[in-house]
Amino acid sequence: MMSVKKEFLLLRRDFGGLVILFIMPLVLIITVTLIQDSTFKKVSDSKIPILLVDADRGTVSQSILKNLEGSNAFSIVTQINNTPVTEEVAQEAVLKGKYQMAIIIPENLSKDLQLKIDQNVEKILGSFGLSDTLAKKTEPKIISEKEVKLYFDPAVQPTFKNAVMSSIDKMIAQIESSSIYATFKDQLGDENSNTFEQKSFITFKEIMPRANNQEIIPNSVQHNVPAWSLFAIFFIVIPLSINIVKEKTQGTFVRLRTNPVSNAVVLAGKTITYLIICMIQFYMMIAVAIFLFPHLGLPPLNVAGNLTLLSIVALFAGFAAIGFGILLGTVAKTQEQSAPFGATSVIILAALGGVWVPVFAMPKIMQFFARISPMNWGLNGFYDVFLRNAGLFDILPEIALLFLFFVITISIALMYEKKKRTV
Amino acid sequence: MQSLIEISQLSKKYKDAEMYSLHPLDLSIQEGEIYGLLGPNGAGKTTLISMLCGLIKPTSGSFTIRQLSYAKNAFDIKKIIGVVPQEYALYPTLTARENLLYFGSMYGLKNKHLKDSVDESLAYLGLIKFADKKIETFSGGMKRRVNLIAGILHHPKVLFLDEPTVGVDVQSKNAIIDYLKLLNTQGTTIIYTSHHLTEAQDFCTQIAILDRGKIYAQGTPSNLIANVPEARNLEDVFISLTGKELRDDV
Repeated sequence: MMSVKKEFLLLRRDFGGLVILFIMPLVLIITVTLIQDSTFKKVSDSKIPILLVDADRGTVSQSILKNLEGSNAFSIVTQINNTPVTEEVAQEAVLKGKYQMAIIIPENLSKDLQLKIDQNVEKILGSFGLSDTLAKKTEPKIISEKEVKLYFDPAVQPTFKNAVMSSIDKMIAQIESSSIYATFKDQLGDENSNTFEQKSFITFKEIMPRANNQEIIPNSVQHNVPAWSLFAIFFIVIPLSINIVKEKTQGTFVRLRTNPVSNAVVLAGKTITYLIICMIQFYMMIAVAIFLFPHLGLPPLNVAGNLTLLSIVALFAGFAAIGFGILLGTVAKTQEQSAPFGATSVIILAALGGVWVPVFAMPKIMQFFARISPMNWGLNGFYDVFLRNAGLFDILPEIALLFLFFVITISIALMYEKKKRTV
Repeated sequence: MQSLIEISQLSKKYKDAEMYSLHPLDLSIQEGEIYGLLGPNGAGKTTLISMLCGLIKPTSGSFTIRQLSYAKNAFDIKKIIGVVPQEYALYPTLTARENLLYFGSMYGLKNKHLKDSVDESLAYLGLIKFADKKIETFSGGMKRRVNLIAGILHHPKVLFLDEPTVGVDVQSKNAIIDYLKLLNTQGTTIIYTSHHLTEAQDFCTQIAILDRGKIYAQGTPSNLIANVPEARNLEDVFISLTGKELRDDV
C-alpha cells in the first residue's frame, strides 16, 4: 500500500510525466481520428484538386469529367493562370508537388473508341448474318490503342494512388461498355426500346454485424479509439522504465534491496499503480470519444454495453505494457537508454500489431511477427468486442496471451536482477 | 562480548576483473562495537560492506550475522540490519517525511509508531522544521542526515554505514556522529567505512585497515597507534601501512 502511495506521490510531482501519461494520449487520439476520419467517409469533406488535360474534347472526355466532378472527391483544374493546361505544364506541376495528380486524355479518344466499337459490333453482327447487306464493304481501319496518362506526385502514398487508378479504370470500363451497348442499339435500329438494360446486374451489398439488434457500422472512431488507446497504454513503458532507472541511479534501489521486502512486492506496488493509470487513461480516451468527438464533427464512440469487456482487454493490455516497462527499466542502465528504446519499441510493436497497416496486408514474415506482438493481441481483443460482438469466452485467448507476456517479462526481470547480484 | 558477525575466508572477485577486490579474509565483530573499516580508494571496504548487506554475492567463503546466513535467513537478517549507503538514497521529489514514512514502512513499521519514530529522529537531527520540504531543496548535510534516519528507523541491531559523513559541514558531521554514538549506547552495533581518520580515531572502538583487498591491521585505535613506532595518530598508522602511493584506478 505504501509502495502504491509512494509511486503516486512521485508521479504527482512529475509534471512532465503526468502530461505524457494523460494529456498526450488524448491529443494523439483526437488528432489521429480527425485525420483518418476522411478515409473512412464515403464522401470527403475536402476535395483534392487535380489537373485535367483534355485533348479529346469528345463524349468520352466529357463523361470522364462529369464522373470526376460527380465523385465529390476531386475538383478539376483545366487552366492555370487563365491558360489551358498542357501535358508538359501538368507534368511539371505534379512533379513539383503543386498538384497531386494529372489526367491526360489523348486526342481523338472518343472518335477512335467509337470507330473501334463500330468495327467490333459490325463484325459480331456480320457473323450472325445481321449486317447491312446493302452497305458498301470497306477494309477495317487499323486503330491504335489509346492511353489515358496519369501523373502522380512522387510524394503521394501508394494506397491513394491505387484507389484513384482503380476508380478511373472502372470509370473508363463503364464508358466503354455503355458505348458498346449504344452502338448495338443503333445497329439494330432499336433506339427507343430497352433491349439493353445497362444497369449493373451484379451489385454488392455490405452486410454489417449486428449487436443487440443494432447494426454495427465501422467508422473511423471505432477503428481508431481501440488502436490508439492501446498505443497510449503501451506508452506507459517510457515513464515506468525511467522510474526504475531513476531508482537505480538515485541509490534508492539499494535501500529497497536491503529492506526485508522482496523485489516482487516492490514490483507489485509499481504494477498496481501503473495499472490504475492505464485504466484512467483508457476511460479518459473512451470519455473523449463518446462526449467530445461529436463536437468535433466525428461520430461518437458506441460502446453499446461492452464497457466491461473493453475494460478487461484494457486491463490485460496494461499488464503486458507494465511487464515490458519493468523489464526495460531493469535491464537499462540509464534514462538515455530506456527512454528512446522504450519509445521506439512501442512504435515497432504498434506497427507489428496492425495499428497502421492491417496484419492481413503485411508480408508473410511480418504476419508471423504480428502474431507474436502483444499489441496485436490487444487490438484483436478490442476489435472482437467493438466490431465482432464477441463475449468474454471469445477474448480469453487474447487476454491470456497478454497476461502470459506480463508473467514472462516480469520473470525475466526478476531473474536478470538476481543474476546481476552475483557480479 | 558476544560475536555478532563472523566472517570466514570471504572473498570477492568481480566478473572480468584481473584481481580480487577482496582476498579471502577472516573477521569477527563483537556486539556493541563501533567498527571502522578504513583504507584508501579501492581497498575493498565498500565491497565488504555490500556483501554483508546482501547486495552482492561473495566469490567464496561465508559469514553469519547473529548466527544467521543469507543463504537460509536473508529475510531475518534484513530485519535486523540497517543500511546507510554512500549516495543519498532518497526520492528527491518527495519530502523528508514522505521518504522516511515510506522507508520505515518497508521495515514493517506502522501508524503512530512509524510517525513517532520519524518525528523523533528528525527532531534529534535538527530537521523537524524541514520535514515537509522536498529533499531536492536540501543541502548536502541535510540530505546526509535524512539518509541516516532512513536506515535506523527500525532500530537495527547492526548498522552498516558507507562514508556517512562524506561531503558535509562540520556541524552536520558532529550531529551524525553524536546520533550514531547514541544509537550505539542503545544497543546498535555499528560498522562503518570512512576516509576521515581523525573522526574514526575518536569514534570507533575497533578498526581494521584494509588495502588492496587485504586487512593489514586491526585492533583498537590506541593499540594500532601503539604498535607503529613513532606514530602519533591513526593517520601515521595508515600511511605507514598503506604507503604514500596514489590509488587512482578506473
